[in-house]
Amino acid sequence: MIPEDRGGPAQPLLTVKGLLKHFPVKKGLFGGASAKVRAVDGIDFEVLKGETLGVVGESGCGKSTTARLLLSLIDPTAGEIVFDGERVGSRALSLKEFRRQCQMVFQDSYSSLNPRLTIEASIAFAPQVHGVPRKEAVGRARDLLARVGLEPRRFAERYPHELSGGQRQRVNIARALALQPRLVILDEAVSALDKSVEAQVLNLLLDLKEEFGLTYIFISHDLNVVRFISDRVMVMYLGKVAEIGGSEEVFERAQHPYTAALLSSMPSLDPDNRTEVAPLAGDPPNPIDPPPGCRFHTRCALVEPVCSAKEPPLAATEGSHRAACLAVQPGSGHSLAPAATSVELAA
Amino acid sequence: MTEPAIQIRDLRVTFGGVVRAVDGVDLTLHQGEVVALIGESGSGKSVTLRSLMRLHPPRRSRVEGSITVAGRDVLAMSERQLADYRGATVSMIFQEPLLALDPVYTVGEQIAEVIRRHEKASRAEARARALELFQKVRIPSPERRLDAYPHEMSGGMRQRAMIALALACRPKVLLADEPTTALDATVQIQILLLLRELQREFGLSIVFVTHDLGAAVEVADRIAVMYAGRIVEEGSARDLIRDPRHPYTIGLLKSRAEGALAKGSRLDAIPGSPPDLAHLPPGCPFAPRCPLAIEPCRADRPPPIPIGPGHAARCIRTDVSPGLLARHPEPAPA
Repeated sequence: MIPEDRGGPAQPLLTVKGLLKHFPVKKGLFGGASAKVRAVDGIDFEVLKGETLGVVGESGCGKSTTARLLLSLIDPTAGEIVFDGERVGSRALSLKEFRRQCQMVFQDSYSSLNPRLTIEASIAFAPQVHGVPRKEAVGRARDLLARVGLEPRRFAERYPHELSGGQRQRVNIARALALQPRLVILDEAVSALDKSVEAQVLNLLLDLKEEFGLTYIFISHDLNVVRFISDRVMVMYLGKVAEIGGSEEVFERAQHPYTAALLSSMPSLDPDNRTEVAPLAGDPPNPIDPPPGCRFHTRCALVEPVCSAKEPPLAATEGSHRAACLAVQPGSGHSLAPAATSVELAA
Repeated sequence: MTEPAIQIRDLRVTFGGVVRAVDGVDLTLHQGEVVALIGESGSGKSVTLRSLMRLHPPRRSRVEGSITVAGRDVLAMSERQLADYRGATVSMIFQEPLLALDPVYTVGEQIAEVIRRHEKASRAEARARALELFQKVRIPSPERRLDAYPHEMSGGMRQRAMIALALACRPKVLLADEPTTALDATVQIQILLLLRELQREFGLSIVFVTHDLGAAVEVADRIAVMYAGRIVEEGSARDLIRDPRHPYTIGLLKSRAEGALAKGSRLDAIPGSPPDLAHLPPGCPFAPRCPLAIEPCRADRPPPIPIGPGHAARCIRTDVSPGLLARHPEPAPA
């Protein structure tokens, strides 16, 4: 069951098109007119082979829903997921086979392990479901435990409650790798760990990525960590992609005002240069009734009338760097928009 | 000089007779000063904070040492005195306002209740005070929000409401237990700035517990770093960031992923994990993870070694520890 690379290195490992998830919510006493939470509201992105795509955004932006949609843990309202050239759920790539190649590590290391299985049994469980003989699966589980820094002789027979948070998260990582996946989705996987342990686990993730040729989707609210680990970064706001681009491009030359605000909200760690003014006021709006036009216009410093009238497309600003903001899009009608060049007019 | 707002002497808190959660903490907080207690889970920072309000269940915990707040001996108070002291002299805000606020009363009612419990005030007066507090913590349309239930508010708004509740009886000391940890980044900075502003306006003394060095630097005058139940380093925020001396503080600073790092480089992580508080090693509890540990470190607990005015570290190797700052992690294998 060695995963084979089908489309070659240039073909994206994962292509997401028009992914949409609306959760119905009952409104009013009689449950009549039902409203929808637009958790993920039409997003497109690609994950390239061997890269780490960081996903950032605040609560309610849809980053965790996106992760769950990718693995079909919840069904999308609309949209298509293509894995290495094959549509997930098609004849060529069944959901079961896709799930073997795509694994997930969750934030809560305790609730994602079966408390009644030893960690060795937990890691060996999924390969057995996929037809690996028990002995082989257990042997591989022990190898993986050693690989994530837990000595098998000391740890294999332990139960999850006998481990610390950092050790449990190492077990979850080993379990995700047991099926030899190609894509690992890490949903706030280091967020619950103490800082000194977080650094250890981040280093481990980098080592494993090199060793097993993995591709990561790394979801986190911690911008420092995302910058450190990601090759590219996707910024989400209220179910939409606000900006996507190379990690350093996004962090050094943020195009979307939301990204800029998010970045300047980070504490400075400089006692002589404390933050004096909060970059944004208020909380993110409710995804049940997102603002019309650009969803960020209610909190944006660059807001103009056009922003509430027109929804900005996610358009290229430089190279592969794309942002959904009218202020950086030529000919958008925003006063700060750059003049359209002849090439863009022709296109 | 006026008496300190808080004076803690040799505080020891033991749970179940074996777990030494706090193991000899000394801390002085002057009036109008903001001190951040930082540390990882199990370092004793929250336990220290809760001791200041005597929130530990007396049956299962033993609290020794002395705690003086605004000139009063907290450990000697009767239950009745404690009830008067909590809220009026000292109040506390928590990480999760949804759990700390009562779900079946409006936030306005909860604030008015606190005011009427501690002071002679009519319902109308209490409500007027609550409204004033809501304006102070900058809750938009405060009049309407007073009649909201906690679940009807957003996370940032709830935290503002809890701060209003805590300040209702003009306490001298505010205890903040990870007040911004559960909040989104753009909201966290708003709350940090609000705390700083209220501190100036009310002349509050604040003890701010956090695991986030960045948040600590944004609000605190001084920072105390805790490890295994003790303060291992204490100094001004500037000293701690610019001239850290305890290998643990240095390790925390160096293990942060910050700024632009070369792709594929590794973080300088602290090896190992924090010690089991029920079986602490005899010497320095950080010695098993410390790159500078020598024999004497494992034999005796290091006393606080003064480094500069108001700056001390419990480490006998502070003469060589600055060298750790310059050391870089081994490059990633090619």
